[in-house]
Amino acid sequence: MAASDTKSAGRIEARERAAEYLLSRHRFRWPELLPWLIAIAAFFIFPDRMTFGGQVLIMVLFALSLDLILGYAGIVTLGHAAFFGIGAYTAGLLIARLGYSEPISTLFAAAAMAGLVGLITGWFLLRYRGLTLLMLTLATAIMLQETGNLRSDISGGYDGLPGLTISPLFGKFDYDLYGHVNYLYALGVLAVVFYFVRRIVYSPFGQALTGIRENVRRMHAIGSPVHRRLVTVYTIAAAIAGIAGALFTQTNAYVTLTVFDFDNSAKVMVMLILGGTGRLYGAFAGAVVYMVMEDYFSKLSPTFWQFGIGLLLVLAVLFARRGLLGLIEDAGKYISEKVKS
Amino acid sequence: MSAALEVQGLNRAFGALPVTRDVNLSLERGARRALIGPNGAGKTTLVNLITGALKPSSGRVLLDGADITATSQAERARRGLARTFQINQLFRGLTVLENLCMTIGERDGECNNLWRAAGAKRSVIDEALDHLDSLRLVDDSLKLVRELPYGRQRLVEIAIALAQKPRVLLLDEPAAGVPSSESHLILDVVAALDPDIAVLIIEHDMDVVFRFAKAITVLVQGAVFTHGTPAEIMANADVRAVYLGEEGHKGGRRG
Repeated sequence: MAASDTKSAGRIEARERAAEYLLSRHRFRWPELLPWLIAIAAFFIFPDRMTFGGQVLIMVLFALSLDLILGYAGIVTLGHAAFFGIGAYTAGLLIARLGYSEPISTLFAAAAMAGLVGLITGWFLLRYRGLTLLMLTLATAIMLQETGNLRSDISGGYDGLPGLTISPLFGKFDYDLYGHVNYLYALGVLAVVFYFVRRIVYSPFGQALTGIRENVRRMHAIGSPVHRRLVTVYTIAAAIAGIAGALFTQTNAYVTLTVFDFDNSAKVMVMLILGGTGRLYGAFAGAVVYMVMEDYFSKLSPTFWQFGIGLLLVLAVLFARRGLLGLIEDAGKYISEKVKS
Repeated sequence: MSAALEVQGLNRAFGALPVTRDVNLSLERGARRALIGPNGAGKTTLVNLITGALKPSSGRVLLDGADITATSQAERARRGLARTFQINQLFRGLTVLENLCMTIGERDGECNNLWRAAGAKRSVIDEALDHLDSLRLVDDSLKLVRELPYGRQRLVEIAIALAQKPRVLLLDEPAAGVPSSESHLILDVVAALDPDIAVLIIEHDMDVVFRFAKAITVLVQGAVFTHGTPAEIMANADVRAVYLGEEGHKGGRRG
């Protein structure tokens, strides 16, 4: 009897431990504060580089939206710039054609427009996977770009919509030459969106996305409405990319059709993979390192700067397959094992 | 009362090759039926047709009397039709517990929730642990599936199917690929399944088939060769000729 008692006690303990793990998974961990502290510290350390800093934050937001679909749901897309572009042009056209320039509500409008396009295209495209999907997403972005080009009377074509003047933030804070307000504005938006994305990732829905990435056959077999799940997350990611695009227009005060470029889709994917997919903070690490390197190399050699970026990528692919954060994780494990032995 | 699962005149061809030919099959509530047949007889294809992973070219599939031929695989699963795969289809990068919670979450529509934390519902975790407990997998619950030995992974495959709370369960060679020293674990689980669940099992090991099944369907070249009780099948000279004869030398376990 005593033996079976201890056995069942052990079982209850094992159950408690397992339950505790799942209950604690989503809890906030202190290292998560680090990127935000760095972002705030950067504001005080590099006050004259805040225009650049704002652009970095926008790319973090853009990469974060891609992480939701690529890193979590496993949707491979080469047309994510489509939604960035829709958002950018929603902001641009609201000012240039309708004279509406209130920044915050513009973000909502951009999210809605990009989300709508994400919903419609996603509904059709997400029946496909792999290379087919890659080509179809790429084609979508090109088609949107060409539509803009066709109606350059509205979009301004490749000359773009220059000289857009945004209303002061909250009707109070006007934009300074050094981009200080812009930086804090972008950081604030990023923080709010990040909170939403983090909730989604750790929700049962987020788990289902991971399930689709891990084994879609099994998801069908357990009754998951896979297509609906994919369209839902694609729409959300599109909306977030739209917000990033709108921020881009607002902080640069101009927008051209190059926002739809394949370059833009590829760049954001490279950033994310560089940082590490499916881990939220990969978007931060990847975008920051890529943008800083790009900035550094382009100053070092204005004609030859892409070589540096290329080298960085080759090194990342060879030695950091799971991205920079994966590399840090491995290093951490290695050190803790060394300490133990 | 209508059968738990009924298959009527099911046909399917891959190109010019017919792999399922006019198959009729009926599973009463609580049925224990084995589906046997030589390699390439179309057993797994039949399971894929029943679950909706494949579409039939003609014929009907009925679950509790309702025609489900046109419904999606996921819809069939939600209506109580579960399966295991011949080759594991698991979330290998997730823990065993997460595999189970995912299944329960999708079954109950929990996974429509974008806001609540996935671990916040204790009832889901408790149920997942109950399923793992009954298959003695609790100690493995926090291990990643890919870190488990294959035999244990096979048990997770069954645990997932059971967590769906199915009324009809299709087991595609549950002990395939498992060393015989461990396969009895899996077969014990199969033998102890809820008597209300209608079970169709594909299995090559005749000892298992004769021990477990109350009825046997023999499939040969995509068509039903014969139905019968284990005793009838064993006594059937034709079946011995096409199938049981091969069993003597214990051919490959893949079908």
